[in-house]
Amino acid sequence: MSELSVNHLLGIKYITEADIQLIFETADHFKEVIHRPIKKVPSLRDITIANLFFENSTRTRLSFELAEKRLSADIINFSAGSSSVKKGESLVDTVNNILSMKVDMVVMRHPNPGAGVFLSKHINASIINAGDGAHEHPTQALLDCYSIRERLGDVAGKKVVIVGDILHSRVALSNIFALQKLGATVKVCGPKTLMPRHIESLGVTFEPNLIKALNWCDVANMLRVQNERMDISYFPSTREYTQQFGLNKAILDNLDKEIIVMHPGPINRGVEITSDVADSKQAIILDQVQNGLAVRMAVLYLLASKIKRNDN
Amino acid sequence: MSQKTLLNATEIHVALHRLACQLIENHNDFSQTVLIGIQPRGGFLAKRLVRLLQNDYKIKDVQLGLLDITFYRDDFRRSEKPLEANKTAIDFVVEDKKVVFIDDVLYTGRSIRSALTAIQDFGRPTEIELLTLIDRRFSRHLPIQPDYRGRQVDAIGGEKVKVCWQEHEGEDAVYLIKEQL
Repeated sequence: MSELSVNHLLGIKYITEADIQLIFETADHFKEVIHRPIKKVPSLRDITIANLFFENSTRTRLSFELAEKRLSADIINFSAGSSSVKKGESLVDTVNNILSMKVDMVVMRHPNPGAGVFLSKHINASIINAGDGAHEHPTQALLDCYSIRERLGDVAGKKVVIVGDILHSRVALSNIFALQKLGATVKVCGPKTLMPRHIESLGVTFEPNLIKALNWCDVANMLRVQNERMDISYFPSTREYTQQFGLNKAILDNLDKEIIVMHPGPINRGVEITSDVADSKQAIILDQVQNGLAVRMAVLYLLASKIKRNDN
Repeated sequence: MSQKTLLNATEIHVALHRLACQLIENHNDFSQTVLIGIQPRGGFLAKRLVRLLQNDYKIKDVQLGLLDITFYRDDFRRSEKPLEANKTAIDFVVEDKKVVFIDDVLYTGRSIRSALTAIQDFGRPTEIELLTLIDRRFSRHLPIQPDYRGRQVDAIGGEKVKVCWQEHEGEDAVYLIKEQL
């Protein structure tokens, strides 16, 4: 297969395993491109992309922006903080105004779950979800799985534990979908209060004990505690969270086998993982960032190739 | 569909030896020259030539790279078929080197146009030449001609030239394939 089955990347839930494999194979080629003396290809020269960020972002936004530039696309950036959204404009109106400038693709982050799906039904542009509330963050899951594949050769048959705030995490949900589609087994670990009810219905198991979970897994994905999404207290104190669910070097060194440590960033050093773990050989956090660029280039390229040309 | 043999294994063998000798005439010991196979099909021919140069003509160091032109093609979003990328492997510097592009069939010239753009991302070669096993005369869309050619053939638009390699298709042969109307 050499074409995606979808016209938008709204979530991992909506794409197939073959789509993910195609994205990975294409990302392999872009990974070579970003190591050349001139790290740019002309493929998306006639494509205009709007980056609409209705919620704060640093690395995802930079990564998308760089990926777009490496593909020679024209880009316009928009952030809600400095826009007419504050004056009460609706999402569809805001986006339609931007699209009337002949934009072909939209990369959107939005605090409301389903914002991407909603938009895809109302506008005529290819949409990439860069995070919608606590719903999905598909490119993060793709780059996480790509990094596992790069380090361990394959995702199929691997055991992955996602540790931390599963309740508020779009990274967790997208990761669960992607890992399962690629044939990995997934456990979740963290305070009971931060586990969604019926999490088992997704086919994952809950393990309340961090050491047991780590001894079981090949890969541990340590999520950030999302204080900004917590309107009530989900655990007594950060110190207590760290004591029960924080990963430090002593725990890592005492495990039965060597595992890989991942983190989607930004890291709260000393909370979910300590500095010596984040900077250890077992952590592939910076590889994740680099792979994010190649994976996003692949997603943009493959979706752009499905946009019909209009020469009139 | 009908099929006619343009070159058999012996004729390919002779052509490859001639092309190797022509390369040696112009590039001596290949110390300032690098060979670049245009992916996907040019790689087979390029590897064959390198083997000949090393084994039969005792040229020790021939640098070979593979260049994929998918991201530089001028038919992105125009072609009915989705474009499929291949591996690029150039682990040497092309700056100030003589580059020889190697491809199996020269048809419209558009792939070579893309390759000329793509190679610039790896540096600025002093010169670029083109070697092709089959040169399809009268079908060029661009002012591009080969410096070394195995055989020039006349083929019309609806016809296809297929180059088969022992290591890939199980035989060395070049066929002219006509779609029956």
